[in-house]
Amino acid sequence: MPSLAPTLSSPSAGAPPAASGVRRRTRTAYLLLIPGLLWLGIFFVIPLVSLFFTSLQAPTDKAGVYQPALQVSNYLVALQEYWPQFIRSFVYAGIATVLALVIAYPLAYFIAFRAGKWKALMLVLVVAPFFASFLLRTYAWRTILSDEGAITTFFNALHLLPQGRILNTPIAVVLGLTYNFLPFMILPLFAALDKIDPRLIEASKDLYAKPSTAFRKVIWPLSLPGVVAGTLLTFIPAAGDYINATLLGAPGDRMVGNAIQTNFLQFRDYPTASALSFILMAIILTLVFVYIRRAGTEDLV
Amino acid sequence: MTVAQGSEVQDLNLVDLVKSFGDFVAVDDLTLTIPAGSFFALLGPSGCGKTTTLRMVAGLEEPTSGRIMLGTQDITDEKPYKRQVNTVFQSYALFPHLDIFENVAFGLRRRGVKNVDAQVNDMLELVELGPMARRKPAQLSGGQQQRVAVARALINHPGVLLLDEPLGALDLKLRRQMQIELKRIQDEVGTTFVHVTHDQEEAMTMADTVAVMNKGRIEQMGPPVDIYDLPRTAFVANFLGQSNLAQGSVSGTSGDNLVVSSSGASFTLPSERSVRQDGDLLIGVRPEKLAIDAADADTVPDRHNRLSGKVTDASFTGVSTQYLVMTTWGDEWIIFEQNRSADLHQLGDEVVIHWAPEHTFGLEIPAGG
Amino acid sequence: MGWLRRNLIGIVAVLVLIYLFIPIAVVAILSFNDPAGKFNVAWNQFSLEAWQNLCGVPGVCSSFATSIQIGILATIVGTVLGTMIAFALVRYRFRGRSTTNLLIFLPMATPEVVLGSSLLALFLNLAFPLGFWTVVIAHIMFIISFVVVTVKARLQGMDPRLEEAARDLYAGPTATFRYVTFPLVLPGILGAALLGFSLSFDDYIISAFNAGTLVTFPIYIWGAAQRGIPVQVNALATLVFAITLVLVLSIQFVNYRRRRKLEKAGA
Repeated sequence: MPSLAPTLSSPSAGAPPAASGVRRRTRTAYLLLIPGLLWLGIFFVIPLVSLFFTSLQAPTDKAGVYQPALQVSNYLVALQEYWPQFIRSFVYAGIATVLALVIAYPLAYFIAFRAGKWKALMLVLVVAPFFASFLLRTYAWRTILSDEGAITTFFNALHLLPQGRILNTPIAVVLGLTYNFLPFMILPLFAALDKIDPRLIEASKDLYAKPSTAFRKVIWPLSLPGVVAGTLLTFIPAAGDYINATLLGAPGDRMVGNAIQTNFLQFRDYPTASALSFILMAIILTLVFVYIRRAGTEDLV
Repeated sequence: MTVAQGSEVQDLNLVDLVKSFGDFVAVDDLTLTIPAGSFFALLGPSGCGKTTTLRMVAGLEEPTSGRIMLGTQDITDEKPYKRQVNTVFQSYALFPHLDIFENVAFGLRRRGVKNVDAQVNDMLELVELGPMARRKPAQLSGGQQQRVAVARALINHPGVLLLDEPLGALDLKLRRQMQIELKRIQDEVGTTFVHVTHDQEEAMTMADTVAVMNKGRIEQMGPPVDIYDLPRTAFVANFLGQSNLAQGSVSGTSGDNLVVSSSGASFTLPSERSVRQDGDLLIGVRPEKLAIDAADADTVPDRHNRLSGKVTDASFTGVSTQYLVMTTWGDEWIIFEQNRSADLHQLGDEVVIHWAPEHTFGLEIPAGG
Repeated sequence: MGWLRRNLIGIVAVLVLIYLFIPIAVVAILSFNDPAGKFNVAWNQFSLEAWQNLCGVPGVCSSFATSIQIGILATIVGTVLGTMIAFALVRYRFRGRSTTNLLIFLPMATPEVVLGSSLLALFLNLAFPLGFWTVVIAHIMFIISFVVVTVKARLQGMDPRLEEAARDLYAGPTATFRYVTFPLVLPGILGAALLGFSLSFDDYIISAFNAGTLVTFPIYIWGAAQRGIPVQVNALATLVFAITLVLVLSIQFVNYRRRRKLEKAGA
């Protein structure tokens, strides 16, 4: 994953091989590609197509059984019923992404430029949370943020909490999202910052009087590929997540992931669930491509 | 494997060699013989096709047309891993996961040689790296890595050893040292060395034959002293050392000399030192062949070519002083004068520059300039 | 004041690292707890019960074993397939390169709910029985992209002259691959595999959609969360975390020591 940043910025830098035996080499290429691409085709592309057709199915007399149809109204129904969840998903994920960026940047910067011989160790520590269960770590936040806990008591003493608590409020959901996807922000940021020649920073300090100007004019622009990769890797899973909302939020804080999950696995309303998935995917992909265009790394794919 | 042990050193012949990448012709109809056992330098600016030529000899690039012969054997279509040609790569390309011993043994092992220890140790002795055998490349200095790269190639007793800018990554002092070292190794093993470089000084110090390449063609080839003394193109005159050039046209002959008039002045030069015998041409002379005197001096020998000007820059470098003189027709000439006396010419002094006709050379005026 | 200004970024960095570890510390501490009620969320009393009796609660260890089996299988297949694609992308020219890149990128840009639900839609439409194999299939699918990206970066970072040097030194295509390319890319492949395994072992969302009645470790935890997570789960998670961390750190340490020693010897 640390390597996503370079991939985003230089997608197809493959060395053009010699012209010799082009045909034989092309055949080797396809032999290498086919098994993996076939797998992705069968278990990623076809399911998406299948999801699309499911989203247009119509109910039958029997509950939980649907028939092929072209019921576009499924989408309208899904949107009508679940638009608050969509809005919550994108607002929560957006706030969490910004928070993660603000938290991750100093750490990534420190590891890249100041960590010295501790660089490798610190990187290990950043990845380490991956080895402890995602669910348990999220669950641990229930303990940390509990109503009797130090953090809630502290903020209550300052009268900063509108609902008098953190747990089971949107604040807890956003905090959980921020926490859980933080390594996905740190690693690409680090990868981008690590490629910057430290002498550039010295030169920029030499040229611009204020360190803040040096940061704005030199470091920030050079780290943009990492920022793009990191925000995407944080925002996408956060927008589709339902674990944080379930474990840390109240029923009123549910996100679109919750809606998809309950419709699929509890209500067995497959068309609505599929329509929701498809809308979510479409919105995210649109955002991703607009974002990448704006950020200037359009050679992504 | 069929690669002969200690193969006989043979001439390397390149015949009508062409390499093009799309519309770009990197190597343009190159024909060249590199005598067995010589230290041959391919000299040129970056992008002149010298590295492409080397890579074709190594088999890493396929020629668009033409042949490569090693002795009587045509190796044009032979795979790189079957050729009796080995390469010392730019920045060495030592295998970072193998230690020095295994790096050097790599070629022998791939050819199925069973007992490599003695050979590898001998080779490490030759490059004075015996105690380093079990180090990884990253733990060696630049100069040591360079010697490993040479050892790794030489241990295979190649018919030709190719060196691709082998000293480019080293600092000046180390480079000097390695130049001598490489000469010593070549003397000892007697293999043909083909050395690609953009450093004219390096080429002149090390090679017995230098070929100056430009835009995919060889401009001039010969022993360094000869090329330096008598460059045959304006490119060579300026790439190998520095030259002062002036445009003129042949106005007559006097004995074995040509008389060239240029901007109202007249110069003589031996006709065998000129590429052209009539019409427009460039005349040139090396900066250290020039003498500089006060304008009113009467010490200029009559037979000398002369021109007057005004000193625009004088930099004292210890052994010599480097002057820039603006000639009366507006060219700037460069002069190296040995500091035999303490009185130097000052900025703005009117001076006369003069030199012996036999130090002059005549060149074709290059197209477009 | 000057000291604070100079070291501000270091202090923030350390605070962020601590932040990353707080929940893990909570998980570990609660593994030594003897909870008051059925929910193990607040400290009550020190106990080694869970550690002494790791498999004491039915379903904990079997779900743990299931997750390890799925992780190993999915990692092996996903790493092999992903590595092959990475090699093709970096080393060969072929038609459909941009389609391939898109196909690799899309699964990473797709939320897990959509990946999980779409696969479920396929399996339902095909009436394919849900269980162990559907989870393995799903995990391989999302591991491939991460492996391609990691290995591709490693391959692109490799000096092409190293392979040329091998060819120049009498190594044919097979020998070049075996003695030079593969050993050099291996760390990247192993890193990708480790990442793939941890993604698979920890995956809840995609597994939940495609597991049917199969219980993986995360699915077990999710189910248990409603009625109280057994302390044994905390103990097992802490154990896995500790083992991986010690393993990774000791590799780092050994590398560091070796480098130091050689640097000293070289000096």
